[in-house]
Amino acid sequence: MTPRAAFWRGYRDCAPFILIVAPYSMLFGVVARDAGLDVVQTMSMSVLVIAGASQFTAVALLQDHAPVLIALLASLAVNLRMAMYSAALVPHVGHARLWVRAVMAYLMVDQAFAVAVRTYEDRHDMTPAAKVAYYFGCMMLICPFWYGFTFAGAVLGQAVPASWSLDFAVPVCFIALVAPLLRTGTHRVAALVSGVAVLGFAWVPWSLGLIIAALAGIVAGAQAELWLARRRVPA
Amino acid sequence: MIDAGDFWLLTGLMAVGTFAIRFSFLGLLGGRELPGWLLLHLKYVGAAVFPALILPLLAWPAATGGETDPIRLVAALAAFLAGMRLSVIWAIVAGMGTLYLLQVLFA
Repeated sequence: MTPRAAFWRGYRDCAPFILIVAPYSMLFGVVARDAGLDVVQTMSMSVLVIAGASQFTAVALLQDHAPVLIALLASLAVNLRMAMYSAALVPHVGHARLWVRAVMAYLMVDQAFAVAVRTYEDRHDMTPAAKVAYYFGCMMLICPFWYGFTFAGAVLGQAVPASWSLDFAVPVCFIALVAPLLRTGTHRVAALVSGVAVLGFAWVPWSLGLIIAALAGIVAGAQAELWLARRRVPA
Repeated sequence: MIDAGDFWLLTGLMAVGTFAIRFSFLGLLGGRELPGWLLLHLKYVGAAVFPALILPLLAWPAATGGETDPIRLVAALAAFLAGMRLSVIWAIVAGMGTLYLLQVLFA
């Protein structure tokens, strides 16, 4: 596969995800305007951060008057999964020049990452250059839709009446993101412990209850996995 | 109302922090292996962070003045079930759809 063919293949392979990216980014535009941000602020966040879940997190916490540090920790925690993406890409595109890898890092989004790594693992005939081109093909499709539909949402957002209860779109988006993660028992333990803890620690000032709950959930999930592993080992 | 200074400070820090996370291994650490204990804990970050964000928004929604709203709880459950069994898009459709349906029926 030539790099040019790989680029267009990536472009086509990621096309179905437009169905997710377009409404999701539009929703961010609407919700951000609803929270009181202007169009420039909304677009700046989408272009500079380009990570939807963390942007929803940041807007929800700012609106709730949480301190900047807490909003930062929570939104970066939401993005930590991308450290794993970054590690997973090294064997495939780690050879590229530093500035190319920097652009790749900026463009790293969930769906396109998943498609790219699956293709690299399925197709053994791809040259290193084709892998890089394929990656950019994926991201070059997703990215303009991300910007464009954020803008559409930000402009149209003011026309949305309060009776549409768009505030509810924020927890619904988070639910949509977390539900597929909860298919194993240990992940459910992590979610349950975190959920109970966040309600129990709601009285803690500066939204610190959020951080406490997340850490408790992470430790609970990891401990549950270790406990299961020990139990499987015959005594 | 969101303070403009807070907004720009947070957005700037998020941009730098998110880029640092994305660039981490690809850019700087190369093919180095992560320690096992860290990988074990990283696996549960998503499952633990999202419920901590979701539950306060469901239990005390700002739109109702902090009153727990049974309609929102049912709609959240519908979104969760659709997300588990179907997909991201269906979870959003099920959640908002259930909310609107119940609001029309009971409001």
